[in-house]
Amino acid sequence: MSFLPNIIFFIVLTTSIGYFISNVIKLRRNINLGIDLDIDVSKDSKKRWANMAKIALGQSKMVRRPISGALHVIVYIGFIIINIELLEIVIDGLFGTHRIFSFMGGFYGFLIGTFEIFAILVLVSVSIFWIRRNIIKLKRFYEDSMKGWPKLDADLILYFEIILMSLFLLMNTTDASFQQMNTGNIVSGYIYPFFENYSANTLHLLERSFWWMHIVGILIFLNYLYFSKHLHILLAFPNTFYASLEEKGKMSNLKSVTNEVNLMLNEMGSNPTETIDDNINEVAKFGASDVSDLNWLQLLNSYSCTECGRCTSVCPANITGKKLSPRKIMMMTRDRLEEVGKNIDSNKGVLVDDGKKLIDDYITREEIWACTSCNACVEECPISIDPMSIILEMRRYLVMEEASAPSELNNMMSNIENNGAPWPYNQMDRLNWND
Amino acid sequence: MSDKLKVNTMSDYFAEGKTPEVLFWVGCAGSFDDRAKKITKAFVKILNSINVDFAVLGQEESCSGDPAKRAGNEFLFQMQAISNIEVLNSYDVKTIVTTCPHCFNTIRNEYPSLGGNYKVYHHTQFLKKLLNDGRLKIKGGSYKGKRITYHDPCYLGRANNEYEAPRELIAKLEAELIEMKRCKSNGLCCGAGGAQMFKDAEKGNKEVNIERTEDVKETNTEVVATGCPFCNTMLTDGAKTIEEERKISVMDISELIAKAQDL
Repeated sequence: MSFLPNIIFFIVLTTSIGYFISNVIKLRRNINLGIDLDIDVSKDSKKRWANMAKIALGQSKMVRRPISGALHVIVYIGFIIINIELLEIVIDGLFGTHRIFSFMGGFYGFLIGTFEIFAILVLVSVSIFWIRRNIIKLKRFYEDSMKGWPKLDADLILYFEIILMSLFLLMNTTDASFQQMNTGNIVSGYIYPFFENYSANTLHLLERSFWWMHIVGILIFLNYLYFSKHLHILLAFPNTFYASLEEKGKMSNLKSVTNEVNLMLNEMGSNPTETIDDNINEVAKFGASDVSDLNWLQLLNSYSCTECGRCTSVCPANITGKKLSPRKIMMMTRDRLEEVGKNIDSNKGVLVDDGKKLIDDYITREEIWACTSCNACVEECPISIDPMSIILEMRRYLVMEEASAPSELNNMMSNIENNGAPWPYNQMDRLNWND
Repeated sequence: MSDKLKVNTMSDYFAEGKTPEVLFWVGCAGSFDDRAKKITKAFVKILNSINVDFAVLGQEESCSGDPAKRAGNEFLFQMQAISNIEVLNSYDVKTIVTTCPHCFNTIRNEYPSLGGNYKVYHHTQFLKKLLNDGRLKIKGGSYKGKRITYHDPCYLGRANNEYEAPRELIAKLEAELIEMKRCKSNGLCCGAGGAQMFKDAEKGNKEVNIERTEDVKETNTEVVATGCPFCNTMLTDGAKTIEEERKISVMDISELIAKAQDL
């Protein structure tokens, strides 16, 4: 009978980790629905590791906004540091030990003391986050696309963190032997007097309950990630690693188009500078109308987005009341990708046409045409997501596959085609500015 | 015709068997837009005043393809790009300077993989280089002590990380640079990029250029300097719409320098 808790713990632990892994596999599969991206990671891996260390681990872009940045850094450090304690909890749970690392004495006290201080700091920071969201109601948390699940998701994460931190402190408080050690109970030592009068048995029962609730809570939170914007705590790392190293102004040149243009110029008797590459596969489609036309990095971006809305708050179109919101572009991309993923799951691994696509069903043309390509959203994202590239890819689809650009843009393009300028001026008059 | 500036074309040079130090890519705005033509002239006056050996393509220049590319027409962009590269390469062009950040960005970042490899300068970078080389001298002149603000063009700033060259030039004018609340990497777009210049904006509650002109107004400066013909148009329109008593004049940095030097 005495092994029963350990067996239960083992089952709970392996089941939750197993379920988490199964979702990670699904996540990978969904991201790989995207088309290939032409990047050679080995070529500049040093730079990529450095970016990851600086931007994801070092939070360098978070602190562009000092208040939320500082609070986030606290929660982030707290999260990482308290997870060290998780190791002890897992060992204790599996082998029926109690505070197996406490033999370290003073150093153990120092560690737990640090965790307790961070637990308090996290509680304070998370409460401020909650106030910013629910009392101050910062504008960036309140656009239409944030209604319903995104709002609930954001609040749930905060509640999770509040509950987990409280349970951690209560677990320490009600641990009589830990309190007797009187080292490391920097915070819980002050809560202990409230429990002092309980009998040893009750105290033990409370301690066990808090211990279990804490670890089970953590495992639930772990499995919650896949369904939540909170995935960013993991995906921020690959996201910053694979993010473009090019100048932000550089937009990729479609190779399939280069081939066709060269063929065309050849027929026109012109002599192209590039030779024609016969190895380029025929591309059935230009641009993107659905998630499977985007590249896998753009899909990874969508799962990494934590909907903070910094991008939207600096978007000139959004600031001036247009429908476009870069955050919404990312949210819709993820929603559609999830829908496609579920479609595949429920149809034995094959996508059955559901008559829907990213354009129109999730993202309207009005949004797509409102972008000024100013790169403010890309610059602002704390984990190097690029919403602009998705917008431009959808424009490519609208123009090259559907020929459905706004009529003024069609005029502009036919001017370029006919007289080499976006306005109807003759190329022969190009030097007239000097008359 | 008396104020006609000395400008040679690449074909003039070619006929004489010579190559200029730099090709000045004028751009569509600089060639055809009445306001932007003044920027072109100001820049040429500066180059001529210190005898920089430059040439333009003239009738052989064509749209860089930027607006087509940002509007989603990759075909048209590459048609333009590949034809332009052919012309540029036939003259063996090595160095290009342009007064338009959009042409600058496209030729610098998007032409190389299509076979066009050049050292490309935005005119503020080129002027800074002339300054550093000791060829160009800038004195404060009429802008000495004046309060000037600077609007970062997106395609020079965020797109290509050039925030300092234009600011250094303004400093040389001995003017007092007053930054807007949104500047450098936080700078707000003028509203023209991504082919927006050529269409009406989507429904909203404000025009982007008005939002930006209000940033300018907040600085209480009389002059807003910029380095892009499209930003110039947008801010000029914005200043007209706001119709302030205190007139805001929108000037390209090359115009400020030319004016300060009485060119």
